[in-house]
Formats: sequence, structure tokens, C-alpha cells
Amino acid sequence: MSPVTAEPHPKNNRKFNKKMRLVMKEQDKGKKKGSLLKIKVEHFNFFYDTTRALKDIEMQIYANTVVGIIGPSGCGKSTFLRCFNRMNDIIRNVRYQGEIYIDDRNIFDKSVDVVDLRRNVGMVFQKSNPFPKSIFENVAYGLKINGVRDKDFITQKVEKSLKDAVIWDEVKDRLHKSAFALSGGQQQRLCIARALAIEPEVLLLDEPASALDPIATSKIEELIHELKKKYTIIIVTHNMQQAARVSDYTAFIMLGELIEYEETNKIFTNPSKKITEDYVTGRFG
Amino acid sequence: MSSQSFCKKKRMLSSAIEDRIIHGVFLVCGLVTVIVLFGIFGLLFFTSFPAFEEIHVTEFLTGFDWNPTSYVKEVYGIVPMLVSTFMVTLGSLLIAIPIGIGTAAYLSDVASPRVREILKPVVEMLAAVPSVVIGFLGIVLVGPAIAKFFNISNGLNAVNGSILLAVMALPTIVSISEDALSSVPASYEQASLALGATRWQTVIRVKLPAALSGVIAACMLGMGRAIGETMTVLMATGCAPAMPKSFLGPVRTLTSSIAIELGEVAYNTTHYYALFALGLVLFVITFIINMISDIILHRYEKVSR
Repeated sequence: MSPVTAEPHPKNNRKFNKKMRLVMKEQDKGKKKGSLLKIKVEHFNFFYDTTRALKDIEMQIYANTVVGIIGPSGCGKSTFLRCFNRMNDIIRNVRYQGEIYIDDRNIFDKSVDVVDLRRNVGMVFQKSNPFPKSIFENVAYGLKINGVRDKDFITQKVEKSLKDAVIWDEVKDRLHKSAFALSGGQQQRLCIARALAIEPEVLLLDEPASALDPIATSKIEELIHELKKKYTIIIVTHNMQQAARVSDYTAFIMLGELIEYEETNKIFTNPSKKITEDYVTGRFG
Repeated sequence: MSSQSFCKKKRMLSSAIEDRIIHGVFLVCGLVTVIVLFGIFGLLFFTSFPAFEEIHVTEFLTGFDWNPTSYVKEVYGIVPMLVSTFMVTLGSLLIAIPIGIGTAAYLSDVASPRVREILKPVVEMLAAVPSVVIGFLGIVLVGPAIAKFFNISNGLNAVNGSILLAVMALPTIVSISEDALSSVPASYEQASLALGATRWQTVIRVKLPAALSGVIAACMLGMGRAIGETMTVLMATGCAPAMPKSFLGPVRTLTSSIAIELGEVAYNTTHYYALFALGLVLFVITFIINMISDIILHRYEKVSR
């Protein structure tokens, strides 16, 4: 671990990021999809009290791509993910520095209403957390709090969201039963459906499959592939194979620093940094 | 064997006997409350029994007049007192529940940890104010205020009692509701906020429904407190032993009737026994309320686990 802590200085990192951005731009020229810049992270720092949890992160995320964030425990990947919908706001004594632009709008700008931001940036948590309500009510909740009263519209939207989350067939006969009666994997897909119901543009997934068995996990992964068509997805994962399977780009974060951000293929086959290679090949972490 | 060798202390008794003695001691401690409870019930029941040799049970429970010291005909009807008790209790709950739940929501969701740490004990300390002091405040403070506001001759009435009882029920309602709200898993709150709900929507639509049984239990316990309270209502409600006409008229609850009359009644008379019967009625009411709140609270604990 010791060489790691000493390695990338923020300064070097910035340089590296600049270079990478150029590289990525070139790569994207040749691509049809994912060429639209959706999210731009600039000189982003995050502090818990006085601890600097994220250090000078620079990143660009393209629309309709899946970005995997990997890194050892406690490196700040979840913290980073929660910055995109400002979920960290509910913790006291935190501070942001730098900018995150979503659709060219800085989400930390005073004019941004955090409630609107969260409607636009959906989130699915590590542990499935359905409300103690019926399956239908769980999905309808987001619509209702946003002032939708049209019952037919809600019913249609609930059905569509459940279909999009590939859980409709399993729950269509018991929509009004408690969500707690579902299995863990079903609950997680229900939570995804709940997030989809309000039609966000960006979807944040915080280790969505970490508590699930392999079959449920593969269902979630298939779902992510499908959802990519409509949403921009950022997924934090502990599971390197999962990152390799689902994401188009992969960011490797360590001790709050973005070590490398590349196409997934490159990260896993030919990373430019030794430390990344050590991590993805399982030499530590 | 060797592990025992460093234990120098000599045992007076074998551990089995020691265990049994301790078991017995705690069993007795545990039984005391049960015995006292049944003792009180038995005492009330058997002491009130002779009253019904002279009074019809139906007359007692449905009679509209309470006049045990009449020269013409003594009548024992408890309806005015039941109505008074329910009026004062209902009034106090109408005041205490909204304020109590609001305070609990504030403490659990809005207040900073420091404010909560100070405020919650302060609210709980309200329970430590002696009831006679609150009754005193009812006479010198709330009474005149009500009289002035409604333009009536005096303020010793059901509204006054309701306000005072609300103050007394608040600590219970706030404290238990706050516990219930705080024990709602943080993941519900996060899920709601992440869907673009405001804090207010989260509290109303997610946290309160999830904590509902705890909050209901809190209200029931507050109600139990309000029904059983004596000194405050005795001082502040006017205590006319007649059918209450409105919230602005004097009322006399079950509790204050017992407190007023038991001091002056002749021993072993029908009147004397009838007062015990009042106590029995009161006991049954509070017992039922406590039991219901206990059942709700129990269910709530099961669900939240």
C-alpha cells in the first residue's frame, strides 16, 4: 500500500486528466453513440468536516453510457456517487468544492433546487429499501409527491416502470400486496422501477447487486444493459467482473483520487497505471 | 482443573443454590406489581359490591343525576361524570395530539442534534411539574384568560381542564412519538429524498405512516394520563355535579368526584361504596386504554424488527 499513498499528486492527476480528456475526445469522434456530453466534473473536492474525501476529480460522462466506479472499500466511491444527486447534503458538516455540471448546469449553483435535481438524477441504493407500502404505492410514490393526481396516468406509469425494470410479470398479480413479501432481488428491481417512474435522466446505482445471489445479479445486469438506451448510468461496484460486464467506461478511485478513467476494455486489459493493473488483477483491495 | 485454581474466593453456597435464591428474589420482585394490581382491582371490586345492593347497576350506569346527599331521594347516576371525563379528555387530546406529533416531528427531523439533546429532556421535564401546580396555573392564569376571551363570568370549565391536561399529556406523546419516528429506518428517508421528495413530504408520507402504530400508542398513553388525572381537573373545571351543557360550562369528572366526596362521606354507607364503584369504572376505562396501547405498541415492535 505504501507506494500508493505517495503516488499521484493532484497536480499530476490534473495533467493526466487533461490528457485523458483529449484521448477520449478523439476516441469519441469515431463513435456514433455516447458522443453527447452529459456530465462534467471539474476540480471536484469533497470534505467531511476537515477530511478531504475526494481530491480534485475531473471526469466527463457521456449520455447513454454506463460508467462503472471501482476502488477499494472506503476510497470514496459511494461518496462520489452521492454527490451527483447531492444526497450528501443530508449529512452535517460536509463541504463541496469545484463543480459538477449536468447538462451544462452546475448542480451546486445556488439557483439549483436540490429537489428538482434529485427528480432528474435517480438513485438506487445498495440495500433494497422499499417503503412499507404496497408494490403499487412504492412505484406511485415518486409521481404522487411530484403532484401527479391523474389516476389513470399513475396506473399506466407504474405498469410501464415495472415493465422497464423487468419485474412486471412477477408482480402483476399482487400489485397491492406489501413490497416486503418480495425476494431481495425483486425488491431491488422494484426500487429501480420506483426510480424510473419519475423519468430521471441519470441513474445512480450504489452497488445494486451486492446483496443479491448470482441469478438476481445477472437479471439486474441485463436490466442495466437495457436501461442504457434511455438513461445515463453511473454504477458503483465492488465486483470487478461486474464492472467489466456492464460498464462502457470505468473509473478507478483510490483514497479519494481518480487514478484512471478509461474505456472499460482498456482499464481491464491494458491500464496505463501500474496501480490500476494491480487492483484489477486482484493484487490488493 | 487448572483454570479453577486461581479462583481464591471461597463459596459459601454451591452455585446451584445461589442461582436458585437469586431466581427467587427476582421472581418476588416481579410478582409484587402483579399482586398489587390484582389487589387494587379486588379491593375496588369487593368494596363497591355492596353499593349495588341498593342501586341498580343499570341505574348507576345510565342515570343522569348524581345526588347522593339528597333529603328526598338519593340518586346515583354516573352519566354526567362519564360525559365530563370524556369531554375533558377529548378536548385535551384535540390540543395535545397535533402539538405533540408536531413537536416530535420537529425533534426527530428538523432540529439539529444539539437542539434535540436539549429540547427533548426539557419536554420530558414537563411531566415532572406537580399536577397541583398545573391546577394552580389553571386557576390564576388560564381561567381568567378563557373568561376574558369568551366573555364569560369565570374560566373554570371543560376548556380550561382540557388545556391543562393537554399540557400534562404532551411529554408522554412527544417522547414516545419521537422515539417511534426516530426508529424509522434511515433508508426509507433516503429513498424518499432521492426521489425528489421534500423533507416535509418525507415526514408526512413516509415516516409518519411507518411510525404510525408507535404514534398511536403514544396518544393512547397520553389519553390514559389525561383520564386518570385528578388534582388539575378538580381545581380547574368548576366541578358542578350536573350534566355538562357545553365546553364552556363547569364539568365534574369521575376522578374529581371521588376526590371531593370521599373526604366527607360517612363510612360504610351506600354513598361510600358508590364512590368505590366510580373508582372501579375509572379503573376499567384506564385499564382498557392501557391494554389497547400495549397491543398496538407490541405490534409496532414486531413490524419494525
